[in-house]
Amino acid sequence: MSTFDNPFDPNRKLRAGCVCGQHGSDAEHEQATALYCEPVASEEKRYEGVVASALMRAMFPQDVARRAFLKSVGASTALAALSQFFPIKTATEVFAQAGAPEKKDLKVGFIPITCATPIIMAAPMGFYAKHGLNVEVVKTAGWAVIRDKTINKEYDAAHMLAPMPIAISLGLGANAIPFTVPAIENINGQGIVLASKHKDKRDPKDWKGLKFAIPFDYSMHNYLLRYYLAEHGLDPDTDVQLRSVPPPEMVANLRADNIDGFLAPDNICQRAIYDGVGFMHLLSKEIWDGHPCCSFAASREFITSAPNSFAALTRAIVDATAFASKAENRKQIAEAIAPANYINAPVTVLEQVLTGTYADGLGGVKTDPKRVDFDPFPWQSFAVWMLTQMKRWGQIKGDVDYKAVAEQVYLATDTKKLMTEMGLTPPASAYKSFAVMGKNFDPAKPEDYLASFKIRKAS
Amino acid sequence: MTASLRLRAGLVSLVLLAAFLGIWHLATRSTGTTATMSPEYAKLMGLTATQGKSAMPGPLDVGAKLWEHLKRPFYDNGPNDKGLGIQLGYSIARVGTGYLLAVLVAIPLGFLIGMSPLLSKALDPFIQVLKPISPLAWMPLALYTIKDSSVSAIFVIFICSIWPMLLNTVFGVASVRKEWINVARTLEVGTVRRAFTVILPAAAPTILTGMRISIGIAWLVIVAAEMLVGGTGIGYFVWNEWNNLSITNVIIAILLIGIVGMLLDQILARFTRMVTFPE
Repeated sequence: MSTFDNPFDPNRKLRAGCVCGQHGSDAEHEQATALYCEPVASEEKRYEGVVASALMRAMFPQDVARRAFLKSVGASTALAALSQFFPIKTATEVFAQAGAPEKKDLKVGFIPITCATPIIMAAPMGFYAKHGLNVEVVKTAGWAVIRDKTINKEYDAAHMLAPMPIAISLGLGANAIPFTVPAIENINGQGIVLASKHKDKRDPKDWKGLKFAIPFDYSMHNYLLRYYLAEHGLDPDTDVQLRSVPPPEMVANLRADNIDGFLAPDNICQRAIYDGVGFMHLLSKEIWDGHPCCSFAASREFITSAPNSFAALTRAIVDATAFASKAENRKQIAEAIAPANYINAPVTVLEQVLTGTYADGLGGVKTDPKRVDFDPFPWQSFAVWMLTQMKRWGQIKGDVDYKAVAEQVYLATDTKKLMTEMGLTPPASAYKSFAVMGKNFDPAKPEDYLASFKIRKAS
Repeated sequence: MTASLRLRAGLVSLVLLAAFLGIWHLATRSTGTTATMSPEYAKLMGLTATQGKSAMPGPLDVGAKLWEHLKRPFYDNGPNDKGLGIQLGYSIARVGTGYLLAVLVAIPLGFLIGMSPLLSKALDPFIQVLKPISPLAWMPLALYTIKDSSVSAIFVIFICSIWPMLLNTVFGVASVRKEWINVARTLEVGTVRRAFTVILPAAAPTILTGMRISIGIAWLVIVAAEMLVGGTGIGYFVWNEWNNLSITNVIIAILLIGIVGMLLDQILARFTRMVTFPE
């Protein structure tokens, strides 16, 4: 039985079979209903539900007995009777607070792009405060700086590109320091933008010799663009030029004709269109629907020295992510994160990114509500995929223990526990297979997957 | 004669300014509507795309925005959005700290080196190698070793402002006229007294010239350092507005950086005049 089912429903099926009755078991049901962080109407209700269901189950450990009791008295009477002698309200409050954080005043760094939406919005919209934290979100100049400041402990936790904590843990481009990802920030939400003059060059096969910008070497953007080019027969190392360029400079460079296009995080893509210098060639969603982009990262040292602060922080982020995943909240979020203190971008641009109704730069208006989406669960299979690409493009040399690294960095188990405590339904397994441009990826066989690519850097 | 010269110079300055603003205004006029687009699409696009507004703001935009900033220079909307006054304050404080530390090190050290020909020769190769290093090249090293970005910024200011002061102090002290030192020696003045009453006043103009060069460099460097490190300061403001592609605000920041730099230079120039003596 799922943690979040209504324990006062006498018609609930017995343990065999799932809640909706269409699947053989709960596990199967969970796998089939792929939305993992469907938030419940109100926060209080959710915790109350968790507390009440735990209580009910403690009193009647046998499902049959509980159902008999509920049938005879009715759910509302049962709840009323329970509240008579057990203070559900107080218990809920105590439960929601969990352990007191060791450190209340925290600093979290972010890069001003819409990927950081949950981290940013959690400040103005009070998600950190709700979990008893006083968090200062600090805008940072670039990925290398955010890495150094987090390593130097100026930041307690930070917004990083999803592959960065893996790279830091492996000591690529930095000293090896164990880093962790308790939550993914966003999925999808990137795009390939080309300069307006390439309007007729929509086939990647014609892109030989073009110059493209990516935000950072250890980024999903780098891997996705390389993957996309390679699938179209271009070797990203020899046929095109790839440059690491800080996102804001991408638009300026595109205007100045220094680059022909970029695979960049959003609001930058939409900003290029808004300023009339480029058009949306492809949403990253069309390369891999549901790909991770940015992560919420903290060092292992922070987790061991302040476990409760870390748990509260993760809870706040998961909470904010769940809120952001709802389409009806997106407009409100766009307004909250647009001011100079946060992303510092025109509201129209952020709204187009978050609501998914956007100008494509070619004179059309397109709608894709899943253009960017938010799902906190740190799938370890994501990490395995990134490791295969790091190896494919020569960032890692030699043998890689995919599973060990993924499990060390992507904290699926801990997040799962937290999400369950919060009354959310995390997936049962930390691995799932997915398709990138129609090609299946099986996280159990990373080496075979890697060997299947014709275009790769010779190692 | 001087009054009339000053008047004429002022007049020419004004004419140049007016011409500059006029050309700027004409060059950034909007070109009228561009390609037709559906109203629904146009609503999602920026003014540059819909009305052919130049991507470069005109003087009127900048003036209006500047007035907005000047009306409330000290607002504080959280850690990433503070008024220009506060940002400039942070920058000046950083420059001041780094610069004062450099003064405390460079002048006594320069004095010692200048008074001892042996030290002067021995340390010369080190100084010559360290002097031409771009201060920002120190930044990654500083961040890595100091592990604190604001201290790193101060360190970069320190390291960039120390060399002109040190070299000028050495030069000033070493080139005090021999006659004066000989006179002091004839009068049996002690070393310490000689340093403070003979050498210091004689070398002061050179030392202050070094300090004036240093403050200029320090102010140049702080903007770049803050753009790298972020957080606070006028350099961060430039970066933040660049992030938003708000060229208007960037131009305002450039103007203010220029004005503050000029003021700092003028203050040092005044000090230099105070210690200058006719030979």
